[in-house]
Amino acid sequence: MLDTQDDGYMTADGRKIGGVAMEMKNITLRFGGVVAIKDISFDIRWGEIRAIIGPNGAGKSSMLNVISGFYHPQEGDVFYKGFKRPRMRPYQVAQQGIARTFQNIALFEGMSVLDNIMTGRLNHMNAGFLKQALWWGPAAREEEENRAKVEKVIDFLEIQHIRKTPVARLPYGLKKRVELARALAAEPEILLLDEPMAGMNVEEKEDMCRFVLDVNDEFGTTIVLIEHDMGVVMDLSDRVVVMDYGKKIGDGTPDEVRNNQEVINAYLGVAHD
Amino acid sequence: MPDTLLFAMEAALNGLTAGIMYALVALGFVLIFKASGIFNFSQGVMALFAALTLVGFQNGQIPFAHLINAVLGTRIHYFGWNMPTLLAIPATVAVMILFAWLVERIVLKHLVNQEPIILFMATIGLAYFLEGLGDLMWGAEVKRLDVGIPQGMSGAVDDLTFGWFGYGFYLDTLDLYALGIAAVLVTVLVLFSQFTKEGRALRAVADDHQAALSVGISLRFIWVLTWSIAGIVALVAGIMWGAKSGVQFSLSLIALKALPVLILGGFTSIPGAIVGGLIIGVGEKLFDFFMQPFIGGATENWFAYMLALAFLLFRPQGLFGEKIIERV
Amino acid sequence: MLYREAGDFKTTYASDNQTFPIRFDRYGYYLVLAVAFLVVPMFINDYWANSIVVPFLIYAIAALGLNILIGYCGQLSLGTGAFMAVGAYACYKLMVGMPGLNIVFVILLAGLVTAAVGVLFGLPSLRIKGFYLAVATLAAQFFLIWLFTRTPWFFNYSPTGMISAPTRSIFGYPVTGPSASSVTVYLVCLTFVVALAWLARNLTRGTLGRRWMAIRDMDIAAEIIGVNPLMAKLSAFAVSSFLVGVSGALFFSVYLGAAEAGEAFGIDKSFLVLFMVIIGGLGSILGSFLGAAFLVVGPVLLKLLLVNQFGWSTDLAAHLEIMIVGALILVFLILEPHGLAALWRTIKDKLRLWPFPH
Repeated sequence: MLDTQDDGYMTADGRKIGGVAMEMKNITLRFGGVVAIKDISFDIRWGEIRAIIGPNGAGKSSMLNVISGFYHPQEGDVFYKGFKRPRMRPYQVAQQGIARTFQNIALFEGMSVLDNIMTGRLNHMNAGFLKQALWWGPAAREEEENRAKVEKVIDFLEIQHIRKTPVARLPYGLKKRVELARALAAEPEILLLDEPMAGMNVEEKEDMCRFVLDVNDEFGTTIVLIEHDMGVVMDLSDRVVVMDYGKKIGDGTPDEVRNNQEVINAYLGVAHD
Repeated sequence: MPDTLLFAMEAALNGLTAGIMYALVALGFVLIFKASGIFNFSQGVMALFAALTLVGFQNGQIPFAHLINAVLGTRIHYFGWNMPTLLAIPATVAVMILFAWLVERIVLKHLVNQEPIILFMATIGLAYFLEGLGDLMWGAEVKRLDVGIPQGMSGAVDDLTFGWFGYGFYLDTLDLYALGIAAVLVTVLVLFSQFTKEGRALRAVADDHQAALSVGISLRFIWVLTWSIAGIVALVAGIMWGAKSGVQFSLSLIALKALPVLILGGFTSIPGAIVGGLIIGVGEKLFDFFMQPFIGGATENWFAYMLALAFLLFRPQGLFGEKIIERV
Repeated sequence: MLYREAGDFKTTYASDNQTFPIRFDRYGYYLVLAVAFLVVPMFINDYWANSIVVPFLIYAIAALGLNILIGYCGQLSLGTGAFMAVGAYACYKLMVGMPGLNIVFVILLAGLVTAAVGVLFGLPSLRIKGFYLAVATLAAQFFLIWLFTRTPWFFNYSPTGMISAPTRSIFGYPVTGPSASSVTVYLVCLTFVVALAWLARNLTRGTLGRRWMAIRDMDIAAEIIGVNPLMAKLSAFAVSSFLVGVSGALFFSVYLGAAEAGEAFGIDKSFLVLFMVIIGGLGSILGSFLGAAFLVVGPVLLKLLLVNQFGWSTDLAAHLEIMIVGALILVFLILEPHGLAALWRTIKDKLRLWPFPH
């Protein structure tokens, strides 16, 4: 096991991981009679790349939805920055500095790329109604300041050329990138990525990996990621949670998880005799 | 028994018959919604159009007579013969099927995969078009519709209730027939959807478009089929209402009340449409009966919508609908 | 060759973000404003004002309001007629109750009253969507009209059940009542339209507009990235109802002069304004104007042609008109769901590259 004292740990490549940012305690989530998540606990530390893996239907996306406040677990609690999080609407969770991308791209199709990314800045913009209506002083200034921040994200993800294109016209790979840009524009403390590489070709995957690592490296953003591509997961992440049928069957560094018998059984199947 | 209660019961009974009317229109909505996910606003106008066409055929009116006269300066109005009802009804059914086919051809085909709200607005457009077309084809004046159903006070009901309560309820014989016809119609529809090949295909499409397509069901055929059935249901509704209060534009406003009915009953449930229709029909009559002294009459104008609104706030999926779990 | 953006480099985000980024457009807009304020008043007569220009301006405000709700925030409303009635009746009560208050403030206050009522009927939008919401707004339509026709307080117990506007003036020129000249009425309406369109443009291009559009395009995702759906939807209802209310107040006070709720603001009005928005273009300020112009001018032209030219009966022309409007809705939804505004954009895109399109 890793030595996870409260002051963090060192990764293999020599990055310093901080204390506990968020902790899931005994989360159970049910839809009617179906148990999607069964008594799962794990923690997320500042600055780490934390992966959640598991076969289809294991409950990974539901877990992410619990973190972002979209589903409310029947049992268990979420602790954020050391405090128990009360039942919150998703937008309140977002305002606490948690941004995410979606498995099936959830961009605003009727808006341009620029406007989509600007929506990421909504929680940083608070000019009053009348000032906006009159486009007066603070409202206009705020718009420009945030536009400048958004342009930095656009540069970072190399999507300058599609800035004013309506999102609906973009190919899949670029849409995924725009979605990441929208999440990054929020300057989140924790970034949740739901299968960021699904459906991409090798080249696009490599680009996306580079972006994820760069985000973690340059902004120190904590990243929680769901991914099916084992190669990607093992390369990127510092620690991995493995889920199967709503239960946690493994938790640890990629190497530990790789050698965990239960994980091997879940992925490769097990002989019944 | 106190008089007020008796009067209230009579009002409720009359509400029941209005409710059947709402239920019939709502039934047409449900059929189309189930098969294509389209909320067909024009269902009420379809009833009006069907009734207009039926009267037109019966009286031997020349379609577009006013238009032809205006353009050519002629003075034609009637062919000069009357079509017997038994012939006029199948002819009207044929027109409604033609209409269904045209709607699929010209409108639906091009709107596949659009958002529901766009489809809804398209059916509002369709409703306007059909209303204008109906007026243009057959003229806009109020018409009498007679298909041979006896009308007037039902003596049997009067005698029966007089025997029970010492007060005879007024009930139109026509309403009794409407009840019977509605029951037959629903039975036929249920039998059709359970025991025929087309019915099974219909249910498959209602369940999952993609899956139905992949096993070789023609979506377009199913759409024409459902719109045809909805057209026939509209014709029945049109006959009932037309025989009662004449064929006129207000029919399509009455049909608007099918919307709250659907909210009560759920958009995909045939029993829901019937029960919802009856609840609204009885509810508005009773509400008006008891509230008239306090807030004034004509509350039927809005009661159904307000009831639906209140209902929506507590049970958005309707009486028989299932709760939807949202996903991202 | 005039319509160019080459060489017109933007060096600040503000200039990149402006309403008319292309110079030619900007000058065109100033020209239209100048003509509308300076030239038109010299030529306008009663016929033009009453049958085309004033109704166009007033409907443009209503369409703008509805467009904010449907086109920008994605909430379908079929209660526009009733909200116009709220504006009209609020305007009437304020005019009669506070004779000293300037008519401009009366109309703005009427808008605020309508905004409050709109928020009230917008509350269900938090739990229900799409056509469910449409039915909820139908409740507003039928209930409010019933209220206004049945409660004598609203029409000050007048025996006819009508409300009629007393004479009020701005700078000594009567704006309402029988002595108002068409030039003053036109200028008042024009000023309202320009000011409100400017407000609407500002609201839709800023944070509030983005919140609305996020809710419209994908409400769940919007909430997860941090849009409070309650505030977004209710603010859309408030702004939309404000505009619709102002339009209703103008419609009653400066245009009709006397009105009865069921007749002037029935469900037909709701559909008419909805059609303006669809034909003009969902989610476009310009579209609201184009749609209003189309549905105000179109029927007048059709009537001129069929009744005055061909001598058809007005009934027949009216039926044909309904049919054509319905068919147009279908045509637009099928061929160009973003309406006339999108057509205009396409033309401009072509023009920008003309004569070398590659």
